[in-house]
Amino acid sequence: MAETMTSTTSTPVKSMALAKAINESLRTALDTDPKVLIMGEDVGKLGGVFRVTDGLQKDFGESRVIDTPLAESGIVGTAIGLALRGYRPVVEIQFDGFVFPAYDQIVTQLAKMHARSLGKVKMPVVVRIPYGGGIGAVEHHSESPEALFAHVAGLKVVSPSNPSDAYWMMQQAIQSDDPVIFFEPKRRYWDKGEVNTEAIPGPLHKAQVVREGTDLTLAAYGPMVKLCKEVADVAAEEGRSLEILDLRSVSPLDFDSIQTSVEKTGRLVVVHEAPVFFGSGAEIAARITERCFYHLEAPVLRVGGYHAPYPPARLEEEYLPGLDRVLDAVDRALAY
Amino acid sequence: MTVESTAARTPRRSAGTTGAKSTAGKRSTAKKSPSGEPELVQLLTPEGKRVKSAEYDRFVAAITPDELRGLYRDMVLTRRFDAEATSLQRQGELGLWASLLGQEAAQIGSGRALRDDDYVFPTYREHGVAWCRGVDPSNLLGMFRGVNNGGWDPNSNNFHLYTIVIGSQTLHATGYAMGVAKDGADSAVIAYFGDGASSQGDVAESFTFSAVYNAPVVFFCQNNQWAISEPTEKQTRVPLYQRAQGYGFPGVRVDGNDVLACLAVTKWALERARGGEGPTLVEAYTYRMGAHTTSDDPTRYRHDDERAAWEAKDPILRLRRFLEASNHADEGFFAELEAESEALGRRVREAVRAMPDPDHFALFEHAYADGHALVDEERAQFAAYQASFAEAEGDN
Repeated sequence: MAETMTSTTSTPVKSMALAKAINESLRTALDTDPKVLIMGEDVGKLGGVFRVTDGLQKDFGESRVIDTPLAESGIVGTAIGLALRGYRPVVEIQFDGFVFPAYDQIVTQLAKMHARSLGKVKMPVVVRIPYGGGIGAVEHHSESPEALFAHVAGLKVVSPSNPSDAYWMMQQAIQSDDPVIFFEPKRRYWDKGEVNTEAIPGPLHKAQVVREGTDLTLAAYGPMVKLCKEVADVAAEEGRSLEILDLRSVSPLDFDSIQTSVEKTGRLVVVHEAPVFFGSGAEIAARITERCFYHLEAPVLRVGGYHAPYPPARLEEEYLPGLDRVLDAVDRALAY
Repeated sequence: MTVESTAARTPRRSAGTTGAKSTAGKRSTAKKSPSGEPELVQLLTPEGKRVKSAEYDRFVAAITPDELRGLYRDMVLTRRFDAEATSLQRQGELGLWASLLGQEAAQIGSGRALRDDDYVFPTYREHGVAWCRGVDPSNLLGMFRGVNNGGWDPNSNNFHLYTIVIGSQTLHATGYAMGVAKDGADSAVIAYFGDGASSQGDVAESFTFSAVYNAPVVFFCQNNQWAISEPTEKQTRVPLYQRAQGYGFPGVRVDGNDVLACLAVTKWALERARGGEGPTLVEAYTYRMGAHTTSDDPTRYRHDDERAAWEAKDPILRLRRFLEASNHADEGFFAELEAESEALGRRVREAVRAMPDPDHFALFEHAYADGHALVDEERAQFAAYQASFAEAEGDN
């Protein structure tokens, strides 16, 4: 792997792909906390179907990097038991569309155990889910089910958009005493970026302004942040200044940061791959309308998937938000 | 690949004491009686007569009259507590109660087989096991009164919270047992579930995981014949204990109304777990004498004569007969126990009636361990809303 020291100090800043950043983060966690375990289908010898856990079983052994039977409810259910015993399991669900056999354990048990025990039991479990489309896959391999988890009290839901966040948000998710559903933007796995493994990260659930602007706010997370940057570049050529907010966390949502941005720009477009209907954009639109009613120059608009099953790969470009669909929403918001 | 068995789970027992292992395989193909029904492991007949068992006698060989009276006391007090809870529901003090009537032997026998460092994963009917673990009976009633959803500290007594979704806890038990193995401890884990839960996918997955990782867990299935209104025939075409065979570990059917047999068989299964021999399925064949819960009406789906047949096999009655026939207990013992029972009923009654409603703000408590911005925001909104009534009062 290419490493470039871009700092003159001793701070190790490395350029790495997002998948590698998660791998490095898991390695750090395994190295520093003997209670951290990796569990999932094919995570051991193979290193995961996306190689996110590559080399970890070789270095940390079969007792800590565990190839599991092909049973998602079993993976999460046993992780809950291991957490009750004092372990901190990081489990992988191989693809977004495979999480539903585990949905019962996640919603009924994992999310509620802390409250059920009146705080006496903690559930430090991370559920990693490669998610989203754009990779030309078969059915069940391209979905964005984050809203289904954000709707459940007791869970935290995050999604990094770049390698640095992937590294640090994984560190923070593993340290969290709450269960964290960690959505990994699989189409960005191979995108490279700089990671400073000695930086002091910001809070896990705080949004970041990744580009400042004055005319309109684009709010996104995970795979859509990169798209929003491309949208802002094109809009800039047309003389429009877009601010981009990388939300990073879907539960909790950082409404304060969205509010601050919208009070400045007066316009908000939320972009996600998940269906618009009952999606996180709907919640953002409702809350921001409450918080920023007198600052809004236009209704909050949403760009996302349609209320249809995720389509076959040859149709996914029509289904997913793309440059022109987001620009169209930007134009509509600016037309008010 | 068996991660645990190759590393942390090397058998700890010396070669000379692995008797259980050598007989383990036989148990999954239990002998059949002439009628074709699988034979039960039974040490006490319904008439209270002690039956010899070449395989299981050693687990109760050293039992003293004092311990036998202890088992009897456990069952009587558990039944008394259970009856009190049913009454409290009828009086409106509890919203619901799930009675264990008839299952006292299965629960006390298995519960008393455990060591303090073992860990229990119950469903919502394991009041007798809770009793064995030292969980105060009144603590069990909070969830049925509606003041909490459990609330006792699972780690105080190594007794997990009641699980209402009936199969989930078998996976938690398996994961916990995998952790025990990783820690190199020789504790065991026991998962309780029923004939209805045996149809849950999670139970099947827990069998798979525990077998693959050789986890030190005992699956204790109380087959009480009824899953609300559905008889066991609606759950399975084979005796439940035989399911273990397909997963590669032994299963055994025990007379669930025989406290001695339940004690012995569970000790055997726990010994296997501690010895690094992996999971065991115990099917305790018993009967739910009462309704599924206080909301249920069994007259709609089963006949009284079935209940009458099981009454003749009552777990408490048969131990009493044995104690009396062997002169292990006198009238004084039974009279004292009667008084103790009434005192327990009274104490539980008073504890429930004194149980305060939770503070309104408790609904926000413990949703998260590390906090959550939305919960904070909604708690503040709720506080302001509540305070608005006080302000309105003040204005008047």
